[in-house]
Amino acid sequence: MRQTFDISPARVTPSVEVILKNQGIPLGTDINRRIHELAGEALSKYERLARPKALLMRISQGEFEPVYRGLGRNETPAPLDAIYHAASTLALFAVTIGEPICEEISRLFETQDYAAAAMLDAAASEGAELIAHEAEWRLRDQLNENEQLPTGHGSMAFSPGYCGWHISAQAKLFDVLRPEEIGISLNDSFLMNPLKSVTGVIVVGPKEIFDFDDSFRFCGECRAHTCIDRLKILREQ
Amino acid sequence: MDILENISQSLQNGEPDTVAELTGKALDDGVPVKELLHKGLLSGMEVVGERFKAHEIFLPDVLLAAKAMYAGMEVLKPLMVGEEAATSGTVVIGTVQGDLHDIGKNLVGIMLRGAGFNVVDLGKDVPPERFIEEAQRTGARVIGMSALLTTTMPVMGLVVNLARERGLLGKVKIIVGGAPLSDEYAQQIGADAYCFDGMNAVDCVKGFLGIN
Repeated sequence: MRQTFDISPARVTPSVEVILKNQGIPLGTDINRRIHELAGEALSKYERLARPKALLMRISQGEFEPVYRGLGRNETPAPLDAIYHAASTLALFAVTIGEPICEEISRLFETQDYAAAAMLDAAASEGAELIAHEAEWRLRDQLNENEQLPTGHGSMAFSPGYCGWHISAQAKLFDVLRPEEIGISLNDSFLMNPLKSVTGVIVVGPKEIFDFDDSFRFCGECRAHTCIDRLKILREQ
Repeated sequence: MDILENISQSLQNGEPDTVAELTGKALDDGVPVKELLHKGLLSGMEVVGERFKAHEIFLPDVLLAAKAMYAGMEVLKPLMVGEEAATSGTVVIGTVQGDLHDIGKNLVGIMLRGAGFNVVDLGKDVPPERFIEEAQRTGARVIGMSALLTTTMPVMGLVVNLARERGLLGKVKIIVGGAPLSDEYAQQIGADAYCFDGMNAVDCVKGFLGIN
């Protein structure tokens, strides 16, 4: 199963609070009118310029193995290695917010509208994450329809470059998934264009297979530690 | 409130039109360019920087102030010659080869300019040789490199090695920044400092150049 789909920008528009948080403004901070206006303008632009697209492809464990292995530069041990072997469903995904919004961010920087540029950049980054969630939920809905998502199962997405999965695995992932179809290309440094794109694998399986602590060797270098929140969300699924 | 304080305050409020207008008015009133630059614009940005470090204001406030400062600078620029045009020093910045992430690098450039440095921004996907060539051409005292990918971080080491080969190490300080970097990595490749954000980069550069 391989499918591409467009998503309405309205479905993947981040909240003002989140884009402010991404710029270092803690939730609940009493911000001034100017910043509120900037955030509002950024979200209007976002809705006008975002071209959210997603590509989803189910894949067997055997097919995923070389994608995970990539160029042989993964950390050992790494959580995904154990998790995917216990999965009931795996699906590669690629999502993008599209090029127009990235071009607008560059244009705003060039015209010295730095605050507007940074605000739109924060919105676009969050938007790309929301599209990835949308792809994950699309897969879950499809599994539900076919009664392939029993009670007690959950899903979690992993991306090359995180949690010990080396970013060079992008090359194999692109070979198999071909995200060029939705306008995403990869350079020699495994960097995607448009920048606001996300790729990876959605793992579905019993919730207990996802239990891991952020105590791997590489966790010390990670600044995000989003795994903690992601595991919390998974338990609530 | 005198006009210099007025300019500084308008800059802190992020009002580019007012800053440009007041700067023009001050020039008409005979305020020297150097005084306008230092006691109006740069002092305003310094307050903004201090308030940001104290978490009293946030990144968007700093960026609005930076735009206001540039509006004032545009008025002054044609009149800045000789000593008046002198900056605190030149810093060459860029995102290393293979990497296209530039928002962090742009923010560092904005903050450095706001602190009175001449910034030569090489953009993104910059080959190692260009950092060195531009530093030599402009007489830069500092090279600043940004990378957001573990795959592009090693390019920073190539720049340090190239600087060593050309006898620039020590004369030109090298700072690095970006999400996957750390103090340890900076030390490992022989860079002079790792900077965790734009304001920290300003402090680092000031420290290297002995500016209070």
